[in-house]
Amino acid sequence: MAGEPHLEVEGLSKSFGALRVTDNISIAVPRGELHAVIGPNGAGKTTLIHQLSGQLKSDFGRIRLEGADITRLQMPERVRRGLARSFQITSILDGFSVLENVALAVQARSGSSFRFFARAASEAALNAEAMEALARVNLIDRAHRTAANLSHGEKRQLEIAIALATGAELLLLDEPLAGTSHEESAALVALMQELKASHTIILVEHDMEAVFALADRVSVLVYGRIIASGTPAEVRDDPAVRAAYLGEEEAA
Amino acid sequence: MTLAASDTKDDAAEPAIENRRGFGIVSREGAAVAATILFAALALLPLLASAIDDPFLIVTATRIMVFALAALALDLVLGFGAMVSFGHAAFLGIGAYSVAILSSHGVEDILVQTLVALGTASLFALITGAISLRTSGVYFIMITLAFGQMAYFFMISLSAYGGDDGMTLWNRSTVLGSDVLESDLVLFYVVLAALVLAFFALRAVVGSRFGRVLRGTRDNATRMRAIGFSPYSYQLTAYVMSGAIAALAGVFLANQTEFVSPAYMNWQRSGELIVMVVIGGMGTLVGPIAGAIALLLAEEWLANLWEHYKLVLGVLIVCLALFTRGGIAGAARRLFRGGRHGG
Amino acid sequence: MFNLFILQALNGIQFGILLFLVAAGLTLIFGIMDLINLAHGVLYMVGAYFVAMFTAMTGDFFLGLAIALPAALLFGILLEILIFRRLYERDHLDQVLATFGLILILNEGVKMIWGAAPMSVQIPAILSGSVPLIGFVQYPIFRIAIIVAGLATALGLYVLVNHTRTGMLLRAGATDGPMVSALGVDIKRLFMLVFGLGAMLAGFAGAMVAPILSVEPGMGDSILILTFVVIVIGGVGSVRGAFVAAILVGLVDTLGRTFGPILLRSAMDASAAGQAGRTLAPMLIYILMAVVLFLRPSGLFPARAAAV
Repeated sequence: MAGEPHLEVEGLSKSFGALRVTDNISIAVPRGELHAVIGPNGAGKTTLIHQLSGQLKSDFGRIRLEGADITRLQMPERVRRGLARSFQITSILDGFSVLENVALAVQARSGSSFRFFARAASEAALNAEAMEALARVNLIDRAHRTAANLSHGEKRQLEIAIALATGAELLLLDEPLAGTSHEESAALVALMQELKASHTIILVEHDMEAVFALADRVSVLVYGRIIASGTPAEVRDDPAVRAAYLGEEEAA
Repeated sequence: MTLAASDTKDDAAEPAIENRRGFGIVSREGAAVAATILFAALALLPLLASAIDDPFLIVTATRIMVFALAALALDLVLGFGAMVSFGHAAFLGIGAYSVAILSSHGVEDILVQTLVALGTASLFALITGAISLRTSGVYFIMITLAFGQMAYFFMISLSAYGGDDGMTLWNRSTVLGSDVLESDLVLFYVVLAALVLAFFALRAVVGSRFGRVLRGTRDNATRMRAIGFSPYSYQLTAYVMSGAIAALAGVFLANQTEFVSPAYMNWQRSGELIVMVVIGGMGTLVGPIAGAIALLLAEEWLANLWEHYKLVLGVLIVCLALFTRGGIAGAARRLFRGGRHGG
Repeated sequence: MFNLFILQALNGIQFGILLFLVAAGLTLIFGIMDLINLAHGVLYMVGAYFVAMFTAMTGDFFLGLAIALPAALLFGILLEILIFRRLYERDHLDQVLATFGLILILNEGVKMIWGAAPMSVQIPAILSGSVPLIGFVQYPIFRIAIIVAGLATALGLYVLVNHTRTGMLLRAGATDGPMVSALGVDIKRLFMLVFGLGAMLAGFAGAMVAPILSVEPGMGDSILILTFVVIVIGGVGSVRGAFVAAILVGLVDTLGRTFGPILLRSAMDASAAGQAGRTLAPMLIYILMAVVLFLRPSGLFPARAAAV
């Protein structure tokens, strides 16, 4: 249906004990948008990503992907419907080769994995698609390395390659720039700029420079609530945001 | 840029099992070479036995190979699936009792007995696995242990089939009406063939699509879920396969000893199987075979030396747990690669 | 029939109380240290041997018990320092292996020191004999003493866990271990204390059954498995859960063995019922465990669920 948001969130909440970590969050993200979620530490950004990806069950609220209610679906089911995430703390298969890390994501959507004898590592079709994803993040020359031996920045690129290889059209990127050096960060920003053309992206990021360069729209999360949402310029000028967040950042 | 502790908690909640398993310890090719040498040596063993005129050597070797087969089966779940099953002796017992019970009713053909053993073990694994795999960590260990003991107590109280005293087989199983298995030498080669076949079949399985999902889940279950796999059904399938292969070992065990008792299903037996897999090097397939050989020979040797040999064995196992990494396979790898640690 | 029921129900409660004593320490060790300890059953055995030895030495059961309890505590602390301390940071497999090895050592060690033959302990004169309960039903005083002593211990534990500072730390530790160390508590000492306490409770259970069971190597193995069933049903880390589950398991097991065959007899002929009943009764508690797990994978009283 035309005009329907790619992802629509209504009244999403999650509590840990007495602590409301996300509180009545509503966002609509149209197809093709890069929507950034920013906020101070402990604002509930990663929890929100966990809820959207299905890693955490929500207490209240609805999540719709292309109009279909996915609130009750588990993470693997959401991935199969085209919603994939990356992790704030690098989560890759350290003992596997870079290529196999990505090929597994291809395998997940290419036919049954209840095949018991043919050697998976030699499946040309899986490897070819995995190589394409690696090409997009510029990791082709690392394909046969063991993932654990990559540099930190390369691991962050691999995270994104894996998410791409799932075939998802909507990516949840949880602080892709965390811990990266200046050059690594520049490469990743360029990569996300490219991905904007093909994917809808929800980006959680602390690096304000990157956020304001990339985002079409920005939502500001403070203590689990969205206090402002709009274009980067609107958000930048919002007095509540300045008070709660940007001011703190400048002062620091 | 600091990370909020509360935000990161969930990522840390499922730590990857310490990566000292899998082909990281020995290469795939290294494992195949080591296994081929081992199998060739075993195949030539009867020559040695006749040269030194010690027919008992073949009997001992058959027994060791039976346990090697069971340990190999356990490696699929323990080494490749990171499922610490403490109830695998139950499958061994199911296989052994399938032979004894069927044969007491006049069904002596090993093919029929094996089919029943595999079917029963698969069903038991499917039911207990389906419940156990809903949990993880210490729960999984305790529950598999408890289900193993359930099978043990079931056989103890089943007085119609010997109860606590066990059952003696009148004769070994027949193969299409022939009694060739009565020869220790034939049984030896049949068990060796099964071991070789199981090794290469499992080697294919762990390298297959299915095996890759299993290994990926072992290393990082959250990552696997995040690319669209639901690990449960893969783990359950591996658990059933493993149980069935362990039951096959049980079929041979009954034939080798010509006696079956609940003691085969005791939880200490399950513990010994884990020890075999770990001393050999888990997640290598060849390691558990080496581990079975090492543990059973050590037991035999120590038992001749000292009545309280289990004390020594216990000390060795504690030291193994506290101080070593990667077992025999890890040590071999370090020897060949020069000192680099397997972890 | 009703009398038999009362008798067996009391036996079930007495058995459940013993299971609770062993399970209480173990569930805290699982919950607080995330340590799987297979060797907890041998501590029960060691307690029984201690009381047998010290009773023989002093000629008095109560004096023997008074020495055996601190001895069990010290033994637990010694094991903690020698072995368990090195296992907290390890994965479960290492813990399984090390504690499995420890079982072999202690079972064999007991055999070396006291011999493989069972030892027996006399029921102290003051607790021997039976008392009439209802009508003709007589019940042994010693078993009543076990129930009373066990309930008193459970009450003591309840007070310790719910109304003391140590107890607060224990509860906090069972739900969120890192938080406790973040509070600046000496976590090492807390662990050692929990371990010693667990060893003493298990040893106490062993000491209490010494006069009514035979004291022999391996006697801890079967109770260990039942303890696991109790902990799984009750929920890891929950002392309250352990208590409820222990009584439940004790009752189901004891009553099932007696009344299973009787109930089946109404459905089939006597000999088949007897056979089926005897075979199925030992499986009842495992079926109970499976059902509980199916409905509530983290037990009846999950300690961790409250926090997350």
